[in-house]
Amino acid sequence: MSTGKRYAMTVDTRRCVGCSACVLACMAENDVPEGYCRDWIVSEIHGEFPNLTQEIRSERCMHCSNPPCVEVCPTGASFVHDGGVVLVDPHKCTGCKACIASCPYDARYVHPDGHVDKCTFCIHRVERGDNPACVSVCPTKALTFGDLNDPTSEVSKLLRTREYKVLQPEAGTEPNVFFLK
Amino acid sequence: MNPHDVVEVISNRANPGIDPHLHVWGWEIPGYLFLGGVVAGLLVLLAALELTRKRRPTSGAAQWMPLVAIVLLSLGMGLLFLDLANKEHVYRFYTTFQPTSPMSWGSWILLLVYPALVLLFLSGLDEQRRDALVAWKPVARLRLARLLRWAMAFGDRHRRGVVWLSLLAGVGLGAYTGLLLGTMAARPTWNSGVMGPLFLTSGISTGAAVMLLTRLDPDETAALVRWDIMAIAVELVLLTMLLLGLSSGGTNAQAAASGFLGGAYTASFWSLVVMAGLVVPLILNVLEVKRHTRMTLFAPALVLIGGLALRAIFVAAGQAHVVGVLH
Repeated sequence: MSTGKRYAMTVDTRRCVGCSACVLACMAENDVPEGYCRDWIVSEIHGEFPNLTQEIRSERCMHCSNPPCVEVCPTGASFVHDGGVVLVDPHKCTGCKACIASCPYDARYVHPDGHVDKCTFCIHRVERGDNPACVSVCPTKALTFGDLNDPTSEVSKLLRTREYKVLQPEAGTEPNVFFLK
Repeated sequence: MNPHDVVEVISNRANPGIDPHLHVWGWEIPGYLFLGGVVAGLLVLLAALELTRKRRPTSGAAQWMPLVAIVLLSLGMGLLFLDLANKEHVYRFYTTFQPTSPMSWGSWILLLVYPALVLLFLSGLDEQRRDALVAWKPVARLRLARLLRWAMAFGDRHRRGVVWLSLLAGVGLGAYTGLLLGTMAARPTWNSGVMGPLFLTSGISTGAAVMLLTRLDPDETAALVRWDIMAIAVELVLLTMLLLGLSSGGTNAQAAASGFLGGAYTASFWSLVVMAGLVVPLILNVLEVKRHTRMTLFAPALVLIGGLALRAIFVAAGQAHVVGVLH
């Protein structure tokens, strides 16, 4: 049954300090195997010394509206769940890695158990009314999660009032993780 | 923010197989793409020989060739299986059809190729070889004689259909091995419509090489050498188009092109793929036709090395570049 929601996340690059609390919270919440991560921190330094700027981003699967991973999956193991969340059904996954090669964000990896694994937007938490683990622990409130189809949601308001960007727009994947500038 | 003034990008992600750059596909996938290409080439060439000469294969080698293709295809599918990280779920390829997935198309095309090859083989044998096959001890022990005779008769009745099915399956198989990579927008090196035709043409050339390594009838050899010249020439044009497309494209495409034009894959690509795999065998083939020199195994062997190198280098180079300047 469709709820008509479109889940999205905003990452405020002015608030993120790169503390990695989101990364650790995800590992604990989702039993991420040791040596792997479903979300990560990227820090970019721009400019010319001494006029340098730094942008820190908490990154993860972008839960694209036009997800190439779902398109190339030969078994239907990669699929779009209610709310636009891109998930992997480990029982259908053959570990062929086509989805990994198709992802412009390199957001997926092969779980040691053989199936492909990635961020789920903590759909198990979201469906019981909680925020994803990364969002709930962020000490600077850089991460916001919500429904883009609800104009009163926090993410909708942020995208109306703040400048934002998506990563690799040239890949045409229509990501649902937005970086506030 | 101007992406060209980036001083430093640091990521704390270190996922196995993904970082520092993608390396999820090792030697198995290039090996499969090579063998799949050879089989595609054999299907196309065997069909083309029969359609142009208007008779079934005359040499023993050409008659046995579909069986060679079955063995090579099975080896290739073995490599595909080896590459799967979740091997016990392999049957999942055949419980569904995903029309947007080239890999799903490929799995079903592979199933079409087997019956095409079996029928092409059984109804392509002359009477003497048919009798020998049916009288072969394992065939008798497994009580397959009647089934074989039925398949031979079935193939005889529908020989034209079998030949056209082989041609179609060969083109499908050869093109899909390139499209599999070519449809991935995330990897600029691969993301080109040229990849399908390029891998198909290379497959035809390597298929001809496998046949030319065997003892064929003179008119079969002559036709194959002529077609190999055309395939190599087309391949050179397609490779040029691919490189021109990449180097005249956006920042992502140019970064991918630099891998072949001064970057990490320059030496292997130009020496193994272009010189050894295409230019030298092309010259040898042309000399053979124009000067009527004796055919050697040198040109076909070089074509096979070049075909394998093409796939190995493209699979590796494609994984080295992801779309997006900052990544």
